[in-house]
Amino acid sequence: MRSINEPTAKDRKVTPTQPEGVSQPATSKWQELGLSKNDMLEMFYNLVLARTLDERIWLLNRQGKTAFVISCAGQEATQVGFAKALKSGYDVVWPYYRSLALAMSMGMTPTEVMLHQLSRAEDPSSGGRQMPSHFGLARLNMISVSSPVATQLTQATGSGYASKLKGDDKVTYTFVGDGGTSKGDFHEALNFASIHNLPVVFVVENNGYAISVPISLQMNIKDIAERASAYGMPGVVVDGNDLLEVYRVARDATDRARRGEGPTLVEAKTYRYRPHSSSDDDRAYRTKEEVEEWRLKDPIIRFERYLEEQGLISKEGEQAIRVRAKQAVDEAQRYAEAAPAPTPDTIMRYVYAEEGQQ
Amino acid sequence: MPVKTVLEAVRDALFEEMRRDENVFVLGEDVGQRGGVFRVTDGLQKEFGEMRVLDTPLAESAIAGVAIGAAVRGMRPVAEFQFADFIHPAVEQIIDEAARFRYRSNNTFSCPVVFRAPYGGGVQGGMYHSQSVEAMFAMWPGLKVVTPSFPYDYKGLLKAAIRDNDPVVFFEHKKTYSLPSAKQEIPAGDYIVPIGKAKVVKEGTNLSVFAYGMMLHQSLQAARTLEQEGISVEVVDLRTLRPLDRETILNSVKKTGRALIVHEANLFGGFGGEIAAIIGEEAFEWLDAPVRRLAGLDVPAMPFALALEEEFMPNPAKIAQGMRQLAAY
Repeated sequence: MRSINEPTAKDRKVTPTQPEGVSQPATSKWQELGLSKNDMLEMFYNLVLARTLDERIWLLNRQGKTAFVISCAGQEATQVGFAKALKSGYDVVWPYYRSLALAMSMGMTPTEVMLHQLSRAEDPSSGGRQMPSHFGLARLNMISVSSPVATQLTQATGSGYASKLKGDDKVTYTFVGDGGTSKGDFHEALNFASIHNLPVVFVVENNGYAISVPISLQMNIKDIAERASAYGMPGVVVDGNDLLEVYRVARDATDRARRGEGPTLVEAKTYRYRPHSSSDDDRAYRTKEEVEEWRLKDPIIRFERYLEEQGLISKEGEQAIRVRAKQAVDEAQRYAEAAPAPTPDTIMRYVYAEEGQQ
Repeated sequence: MPVKTVLEAVRDALFEEMRRDENVFVLGEDVGQRGGVFRVTDGLQKEFGEMRVLDTPLAESAIAGVAIGAAVRGMRPVAEFQFADFIHPAVEQIIDEAARFRYRSNNTFSCPVVFRAPYGGGVQGGMYHSQSVEAMFAMWPGLKVVTPSFPYDYKGLLKAAIRDNDPVVFFEHKKTYSLPSAKQEIPAGDYIVPIGKAKVVKEGTNLSVFAYGMMLHQSLQAARTLEQEGISVEVVDLRTLRPLDRETILNSVKKTGRALIVHEANLFGGFGGEIAAIIGEEAFEWLDAPVRRLAGLDVPAMPFALALEEEFMPNPAKIAQGMRQLAAY
């Protein structure tokens, strides 16, 4: 991690430093970050759960049971790290269509995700009206997302402005891919948020490609976070596959926003293992070798090794978590497959508020 | 009751709604210190402060997006687009986002926002300060589109729009803002005019005219001219384009047997086509003549030079001529 902008005194203070001449650090990074063993295992479970579900829905697509899949595989650490830093159900989140691990870590259950993925009547995000991966869940303050890229950014700014008007201390988070930063909305949202010092954290999950278009044809700068300086806000680059670093950056940006010090732009450098969607074929624009190289940097394996090194988990413990995740996904799939599809007679409902509704 | 212009009626509605509900706030270009380029929001910032009467950067997509985001959070934003001509960068936000929040979330989110936009020509606004873009919004389910003509309705409908739980695009015809013939005595206090109701503003028996905004005023003027000639014209102020008051339209046509639709947006694809289709489908047996439309010419936008602007626009003489031809059919 490094700050593009000059860090403030406060930022410096929260950066842990290693005292020289001490051979054995008194505490490990996770402890310095104030995380407990339970927190660490919970985050590991969230990583595994998201990946397990992600792989399952891909299979369901190949079995013809769901027409469309968007995968977040490879980007889980960024999303789990942010979910850990925010107050789920209190803070406000404007996700994007690749936010599966974020949604699940915030508390969207595997069953809820499956109901959405299989377009069932009970789908809590849209009642089967939207394509899969268009998350939204009122009880988590996770706002309904659309397909046009980057439209959520100015809305997140508006959410930050609402917090300012209401005088609450909620932080608004919004997530977007690298492609979305090319749209004018990115500029308009960051500029507006900075003018009013709004409590908004803009998170770019830079996976290197907007469908097929590589970052080199998307922009002529190395780090998207560089742009933050043009808006007068801090820009932070973080290794998006390093869960603890993501958490640290997310926590710092959150603290800054909650203290009323304004927005932050975070760029998490990461990679998606799957094509853009189930309708894409990534062999047309990237090599197998490149994908394999990133597979070696898998954020889940990386975190698992760290847990082992730190003595936080045993082989049996890992296995138990994988089994638990698989069972949760099995159960979710069973429930969702048996759940009824929306009935055609509901199509005209909720175009506008119905009598007596908000 | 005080006599008010259209502009004063809009302003009164904003003052009263902001006093009534602290969640109501106004944002747009020049709406604060300057009080708006048309002076609609004059005095608001002085009473309600810079936070609730917000001068935004010159970025229409952000004006809409920020308003939508705040609305989803329970605020009641009133976003001003300085001219309807400049609303286009915000169309994605208004159509893909505001209009769909409720539907796409299966009623778990809503977006109670008002988008105000001065529209219309006849003020030498040229190609980019004269447009009537209402048809483009009226075609989208999920949006309500309001186009009042008289001060009483401007105030009552804007209040209804602000209290509505769904997004409303509220069009204000700029030529009528201070039009002397549009002035009206209106109640000083609180009242609502429901969205979705047309109004017969002049009863008649020979033919029906459907219009809104400046064209409504011109149609009334033309109707009075024809009264002298012994032709009795019924004038219907549509007031709301979506949801459209089909009942009032059909009742009027069934009474007169003839229909003329007037709008200054260009003819092809204009809102008049929708009204004509409804009449054709549901009142065909009552018709004594083909449905007629009188509209702006099919050029890309209203030209600036006075002679060209006058050629583009319908006017009372052209409308009167259209009425005569239809009555004689």
